[in-house]
Amino acid sequence: MTTATARISRTGHSATKPSKNARSRERALAWARRAPLLPALIFLIIVTQLPFVVTLIISFLNWNSLRPDQTGFAGLSNYIEVLTNADLRQAIFTTIILTVSVVLASLVIGLGLALLLDKKFIGRGLARTLLIAPFLVVPVAAALIWKHALLNPTYGLINGILTWVWSLFGSDTPPQPDLLSQAPLMAVIVSLVWQWTPFMMLILLAGLQSRPMDTVEAAQMDGASPWDIFRHLTLPHLRQYLELGGLLGAIYIVQNFDAVFTLTSGGLDTANLPYAIYQTFYFANEYGLASAAGVVVVIGTIIVATFALRTVFSLFKKEAAR
Amino acid sequence: MSTLTPAAPQNTPPGPTALNAGSRSRIFGRFGGKSRMDPTRNNTAAGIAAWLLALLFAAPVLWMILTSFHSETDAATNPPSVAANLTLDAYKEFFGASSGVSPWPPLINSATASILSTVLVLVLAIPAAYALSIRPVKKWTDVMFFFLSTKMMPVVAAILPLYLFAKTTGALDNIWFLILMYTSMNLPIAVWMMRSFLAEVPVEMLEAAQIDGANLLLTLRKIIAPVAMPGIAATALICFIFSWNELLLARVLTGVVAGTAPVFLTGFVSSQGLFLAKVCAAAVVISLPVLFAGFAAQDKLVQGLSLGAVK
Repeated sequence: MTTATARISRTGHSATKPSKNARSRERALAWARRAPLLPALIFLIIVTQLPFVVTLIISFLNWNSLRPDQTGFAGLSNYIEVLTNADLRQAIFTTIILTVSVVLASLVIGLGLALLLDKKFIGRGLARTLLIAPFLVVPVAAALIWKHALLNPTYGLINGILTWVWSLFGSDTPPQPDLLSQAPLMAVIVSLVWQWTPFMMLILLAGLQSRPMDTVEAAQMDGASPWDIFRHLTLPHLRQYLELGGLLGAIYIVQNFDAVFTLTSGGLDTANLPYAIYQTFYFANEYGLASAAGVVVVIGTIIVATFALRTVFSLFKKEAAR
Repeated sequence: MSTLTPAAPQNTPPGPTALNAGSRSRIFGRFGGKSRMDPTRNNTAAGIAAWLLALLFAAPVLWMILTSFHSETDAATNPPSVAANLTLDAYKEFFGASSGVSPWPPLINSATASILSTVLVLVLAIPAAYALSIRPVKKWTDVMFFFLSTKMMPVVAAILPLYLFAKTTGALDNIWFLILMYTSMNLPIAVWMMRSFLAEVPVEMLEAAQIDGANLLLTLRKIIAPVAMPGIAATALICFIFSWNELLLARVLTGVVAGTAPVFLTGFVSSQGLFLAKVCAAAVVISLPVLFAGFAAQDKLVQGLSLGAVK
């Protein structure tokens, strides 16, 4: 059973044929290589890039579906509206606060957990599995549980535990905070940090375990303290993993919809851009305005993604060089 | 076909076992026998701290499961009634017709959308990954980054045209349109993951097979498939999880007929009133497939989420 590939390379060797023929064969070969790629590529261009182009066009239109007769070219007015409208400007601000605080907090806690799990102890596999659980609960379900079973001021678990602890000391006036109404953005942040810390932990754990141990051992021989080793060996090695976790986390969290939608429904300045855009087009029917806000989100994401791509690329180059 | 004996991989499947054993031993057993450099007392302290934190992080999940087995009166007490009698009432009511809305159609919709979009993703992603790793096209890194950039574009930036398109063509509240959307959502991740798995196929084995005169199909079946299978399974699980979890697209593009489980869950509290045990039971039921899939693929989960950049 001789094969096509073998035959091609053999005939390719006898290069006495006219170069035009050879070139066309080369082109055919290049297309044969490209062919398996094309369905995926074309599908993605149609389903993701085309709609975005339409969003871009709509963002320059005056278009409210409830007033179809007033549809027309709007110039930059939608963009000006996005940046001046108090609600949308607040949504931009909320998105930034939400993303930055969730990413930083979950990175720091995730780093601590990864360092702990990198050590050997009894039941490590089980502890690791327990830690991953928050990341595996369906996000809407997680948000519902936080809202009703944990943070509810009258019968939520957190206030319930406060009541119980206070009663141990004979007090029947425990503090009963109501995070959802007193600090709703904090409630969203807490639930998202809970959900994303395991993700950071897993990435950083992978980073820790790819650490070359010989240098660590050499440093220990030389009498370096654990802090010195962490500061000068572990942390520099983890840097790109921290960057990767932070940037991927940022990309996922900027797009968060489930937690805001479920926990607060965007009330009390907790609406982030995805939620605000959803409301703008789905309930207010302001298509032009929603599209302009969508384009603003893309611009913001591109800025973050440029850094993300560079980090991914640096990890990726090592492997591609094999 | 008999020419393919020397490099035949059936008795030496190098990829999957090496890969799995590697990652598992790296995570679970690196300090085996190296207690010198990591004194035991440190490990005990770290172990206690890790366990406390693990229980703290798992507490909401454990509480959700426990509450789902309580009666409504025991579920909503302050202080919490940890030792209350266990009952299946919440589950019975959730699935029973007494509540008026059956959770089965949304669960079936979710399963349909997740499974079919995953199949579609694999059909598109595997050939693409092949063209990006085993016989790489020119400028394959550029193509990789194009795939990645589509993933980084927020869904909200494209959702209005998709909604308008669905509305005008009658594809609104149609599960097939949702399946296409989920396919596009997961395809970039799948391509990146599959590429990193296929890159594990040793070049020497491919060359040996070619010299022995194996054709493309035979090479695929005998050399690439054994290495790629665990990767395909992991990719499928992760695509399934993402589709199952998705809310925004489902909320905008579906309604009564094609609504998925997350959409059903968001409407559950408002339509049922607040019955905590029942909410918890619903959350458990809907999370169960993801919890199973996620624990099965936990090693590969990171790789999928970090787009194959971290192993």
